[in-house]
Amino acid sequence: MSLKTEEMILNMGPQHPSTHGVLRLELKLEGEIITDVIPHIGYLHRCFEKHAEAMTYPQIIPYTDRMDYLASMYNEFGYVLAVEKLMGIEVPERVEYIRVIMGELQRIASHLVALGTYGADIGAFTPFLFCFRDREHILHLFEITSGARLLYNYIWIGGVSHDLHPDFLRLTKEFVDYFRPKVKELNELLTFNQIFIDRTANVGVLPAETAINYGITGPNLRASGVKWDLRKDDPYSIYDRFDFEIPVGNGEKGTCGDCWDRYYVRVKEMEESLKIIEQAIEQIPEGDVTSAIPRRVKPPAGQVYSRVENPRGELGYFIISDGSVNPKRVKVRAPSFVNLEVLGELCKGHMVADVVAILGSIDIVLGEIDR
Amino acid sequence: MKTPEEIFEALKNKFGEAVINLATDQPVDPYIEVAPLEVDKVCKFLFEEEGFEFNSLLNLSGVDDANGEKVKDENDNDIIKGGTLSVFYHLESTIHRHKIVLKVSTDRENPEVSSVEDIWRTADWHEREAYDMFGIKFLNHHNLIRILMPYDWEAGYPLRKDYQNPEFYKGMKVPY
Amino acid sequence: MGLLDKQFTDDNIIVTKVEDLLNWARLSSLWQMGFGLACCAIEMMATSASHYDFDRFGVIPRPSPRQSDVIIVSGTVTLKMALRVKRLYEQMPDPKYVISMGSCSNCGGPYWEHGYHVLKGVDRVIPVDVYVPGCPPRPEALLEGLLKLQEKIRNESLVNKKSA
Repeated sequence: MSLKTEEMILNMGPQHPSTHGVLRLELKLEGEIITDVIPHIGYLHRCFEKHAEAMTYPQIIPYTDRMDYLASMYNEFGYVLAVEKLMGIEVPERVEYIRVIMGELQRIASHLVALGTYGADIGAFTPFLFCFRDREHILHLFEITSGARLLYNYIWIGGVSHDLHPDFLRLTKEFVDYFRPKVKELNELLTFNQIFIDRTANVGVLPAETAINYGITGPNLRASGVKWDLRKDDPYSIYDRFDFEIPVGNGEKGTCGDCWDRYYVRVKEMEESLKIIEQAIEQIPEGDVTSAIPRRVKPPAGQVYSRVENPRGELGYFIISDGSVNPKRVKVRAPSFVNLEVLGELCKGHMVADVVAILGSIDIVLGEIDR
Repeated sequence: MKTPEEIFEALKNKFGEAVINLATDQPVDPYIEVAPLEVDKVCKFLFEEEGFEFNSLLNLSGVDDANGEKVKDENDNDIIKGGTLSVFYHLESTIHRHKIVLKVSTDRENPEVSSVEDIWRTADWHEREAYDMFGIKFLNHHNLIRILMPYDWEAGYPLRKDYQNPEFYKGMKVPY
Repeated sequence: MGLLDKQFTDDNIIVTKVEDLLNWARLSSLWQMGFGLACCAIEMMATSASHYDFDRFGVIPRPSPRQSDVIIVSGTVTLKMALRVKRLYEQMPDPKYVISMGSCSNCGGPYWEHGYHVLKGVDRVIPVDVYVPGCPPRPEALLEGLLKLQEKIRNESLVNKKSA
């Protein structure tokens, strides 16, 4: 005798501790097996693109901060690169180095939140406290530079708002030396913890082919074994001067492209970022940081698409200028927006509890999904 | 690695009228203008043809060109009549490392563009966003509903230049 | 007046008013609803984490509105989210308190002018006890907001609810 079963629809979010913000998922279940996941987004749609049309180019920078609030420095970085490309501005050497140092510190800070909350999602709360402890050191560095902990408005078109604090380079060096052993500590605590591996290895496997077709970028793509990093493959700013590796997933604990790989790629990326920061501190020249800031930002009419490797993937800015002080259109290609789309594909056939593991491993920020 | 000129030549030979022109007067990237109802075929060609293989859609963005006639409606609000809406496609090939920008322009009163969703899965949400923000209808899209705004939003398409925000939504006052 | 300011006449005996005792109990274990909206939620998480340690004020995040006493509205409330915030507030048992954290939930913040999808202030849907300004407020500011809320609870009266 066979029992008649019915599809069950389970609602997850918008208030859910593991959705990393206000994401709503509609889970279709067959018993405890997931047959489909439909994400509903837009609960944090803050109209960035409408604001951008009403603001002048420099005024948009604070709004870009608030999109991916875990990687504000990088959002500014990407935006100013796009405007500079449109206007053809050359920035001083020192500015380039400052931007790279800030960007890589931000990458570490962002990954720390991603890894810490991922641990908390899986059920290990202590790594969360460890990661946030280390992140506070980075936030302190940002604070002495820009005066803010989270949203900085520091990187400006043609330069940065003001020069580094006299102690900044020394403190950053100290941080690098402090943080290296902490990565090992995190590995001992969480990465190679057997319970953690059991929860994440072989879960949510994303094949490279699917990933490219879905437009997945960043650590999620690299975890699938694709060596694609815009810092190497389409170098912007001065990234071609540094010696660093692109970590890719290799299925060490399970299948290539599973949750554990996505997690571990981020851990290894933090180590690479430390390398870049160290080299940048050694090479950074003296000089003026505000000399190239234009008094009036009025790009020529036309369109530009510029992209950077944000901690979450390819962050692209598409700007159309009509020759006035306000852009005609700013469209943001947000990495999380694109990365989240694959969630349904990843979850199919897994258990309900794995949704949290898969979602956490994609590392989304709702601020930039909804903009 | 192909230059935009080579890509334009190849498309022009293959599709003729459907490929309109190559705009090179741009400060950074030139773009190829394509007819809105043929863009899916052009994209399919660029995706499959050897030597091009644009396997990745970087970005798809709707744009309100606001080039129509500005008139007043009955409540004395400025609205735009006529003109065009555009969609920009940014394609990249990770195999050959080349990029290209496509542009389609469609009538503002009845904006219709062929969907490229079955070529690149990532286009699904991008097209829904363009529909949500500009009201551009992507033909043959399997699920063209609003994505960021509430599903029951009735006040129009917010990123159009002549958009008027409603006074109330479900009893909540919207303006400051 | 604090609970322990009253006289100790014998071992383990405290003379106090029921009101003070209840208020003391309430303000010392404000369970917070684990609920983040936007950028401010990251600062709220930082406040709960190692450096600032929200826990020492008795604030523990609870995943369910049914178990929580205080909701910290941390971030931009959009029109799509506003009714959900209201629903969550209604699901909380009395007594319940609301801290509005950050400019966005106070008044719309930087999105006040062109934010066609932003609710300009969470107080348009639920009553707010304490407003914490800042974009985003520092963790210290949130702690200050919490202390203000505790002060408010300390002065509450069972008989006359509005006396605080």
